[in-house]
Amino acid sequence: MRPDLTLDIKNLRLSFRSWSGSTEVLHGIDLSVAPGERVALVGESGSGKSVTSRIVLGTMQDVRHARVSGQVTFEGTDLAKLASVERRALRGREISMIFQDPSSALNPVFRIGDLFHEVLKRRHPKISKGEARQRAAAILQDVSIADAERVLSSYSFQLSGGMNQRVMIAMALINEPRLLLADEPGTALDVTVQAQTLSLMRDLVEQKRTSVLFISHNLGVVREFADRIYVIYRGNIVEHGPTAAIFDAPQHPYTQALLSAIPRLTGGGVPDIEERSLSFNDPMISHGTDI
Amino acid sequence: MPDPILSIRAVSKEFHVGKSRVQAIDDVSLDVFEGECLAIVGESGSGKSTLANMILGLGAPTSGAIRFKNVELPAKRSKLHRRQIQLVQQNPLSALNPRRSIGASLRLALDVHGHGQRADRPDMVAALLKEVGLDPDMATRSPSGLSGGQRQRIAIARALACQSQVVVLDEPTSALDVLVQARVLRLLNALRASRKLTYIFITHDLSVVRNIADRVAVFQKGKLVEIAQTETLFANPTCDYTSTLISAVPVVSPEEVALRDALANVRVF
Repeated sequence: MRPDLTLDIKNLRLSFRSWSGSTEVLHGIDLSVAPGERVALVGESGSGKSVTSRIVLGTMQDVRHARVSGQVTFEGTDLAKLASVERRALRGREISMIFQDPSSALNPVFRIGDLFHEVLKRRHPKISKGEARQRAAAILQDVSIADAERVLSSYSFQLSGGMNQRVMIAMALINEPRLLLADEPGTALDVTVQAQTLSLMRDLVEQKRTSVLFISHNLGVVREFADRIYVIYRGNIVEHGPTAAIFDAPQHPYTQALLSAIPRLTGGGVPDIEERSLSFNDPMISHGTDI
Repeated sequence: MPDPILSIRAVSKEFHVGKSRVQAIDDVSLDVFEGECLAIVGESGSGKSTLANMILGLGAPTSGAIRFKNVELPAKRSKLHRRQIQLVQQNPLSALNPRRSIGASLRLALDVHGHGQRADRPDMVAALLKEVGLDPDMATRSPSGLSGGQRQRIAIARALACQSQVVVLDEPTSALDVLVQARVLRLLNALRASRKLTYIFITHDLSVVRNIADRVAVFQKGKLVEIAQTETLFANPTCDYTSTLISAVPVVSPEEVALRDALANVRVF
């Protein structure tokens, strides 16, 4: 256990019980995020990347059929030793999350301003509506929303997808969390908006020194965002290392497949990718020493 | 130049929202030739889906005409026209009826259009599944039990069930992860060659466009701002908006970074 790390995951296992027995989804994952570091977890759908973020968020532990074992340490505290209410107290304050589809993550029956008030009450229970509005307006300017007042008086369905995504980012960061979980932010948006929101998010977390665990299926998206990358395949980390090392010299067959699957701007046709390959189960490759 | 299979002539579309008027498509003319893959790119709200809907007959143009094989398409389409121009949607989960098995969904397309003999239809369903690379035994399963890539294959099979000639693909791979996307794109390429299909491929991902399309039409705010062969467009994009789109593509190799930086006049990321 390393108390200096923001997030330290050791031998994390997750299985789901069903009537036909139990299915193991994560087979012992090690992952760490240092303070202020941006780490990406990349893999295909069903590889276990989203459930990992749900475990860090502390919601998976409350699912009845799920069995979580291993150690998840957040700033020196073992999450497993916390009661469900204590884990809940971390959410929205110390750990916050940005979801894939911003339009469905925002409650459509409340105005954006009221949602910000709710979020701020997590850290400052007695904050007034007026003060919450002021602080919300200030952080909306940080995500390049010029007419903050109009946005605060709107409902999520009155705003565009890109605007909602910026609202989500602002909302996730307003309580100055230590760790931000971003689960494929912007995949539901078009490419220009996605690129813009990613660069906004990068500037903001850099400025606030927030640690980020970024989840994506596209290595191209994380190339300019992450300091380090973990590649996950069917519940196992298959390769990890600094971003430059992964891109310059991908060693694991699965990482190589994942990289070649991205259509190239320079052309060359659609690559032929094997569905399953035994070599994808090769042992983990680590670039350099762990932090 | 051969005759175009689909010809869009001076088409405009207006929507009335309350008292305001939205010009979704503004005087667009373009031709689609038989057997080609024409990509339509543009950000959300640029009118690309509105144009697709009009091609499919799901909304009549406010002015202008759409011609299919030199015959003007009426506002209310006959079954024959609907059969010839088919759609594959972005999200296959919402495109397939969750209460109907895969086989029944495909069978329904055949039944509605009275395609083939009744007795042959189960075999036709099996053949369709095989054609899109799925196990014919999958016919009894429901959409919820399939992966995203398998569902999209079903949606493609359904669009092909009645020997359609033009397929409108509305962001068919944007909901899929990169590995599945590569496989679905390969399938689409193979089907285009084997069935001599014409694709209208709507997307906002220019790296996909580069690898699958013959020609590209760029839309911005309802207007057609650029149309060119894919090679020409990437060698020398003439309008700023096209280079903005190129600059937003996530890239992985040094060659791509060089190309993107050369083409992009503004850096978004």
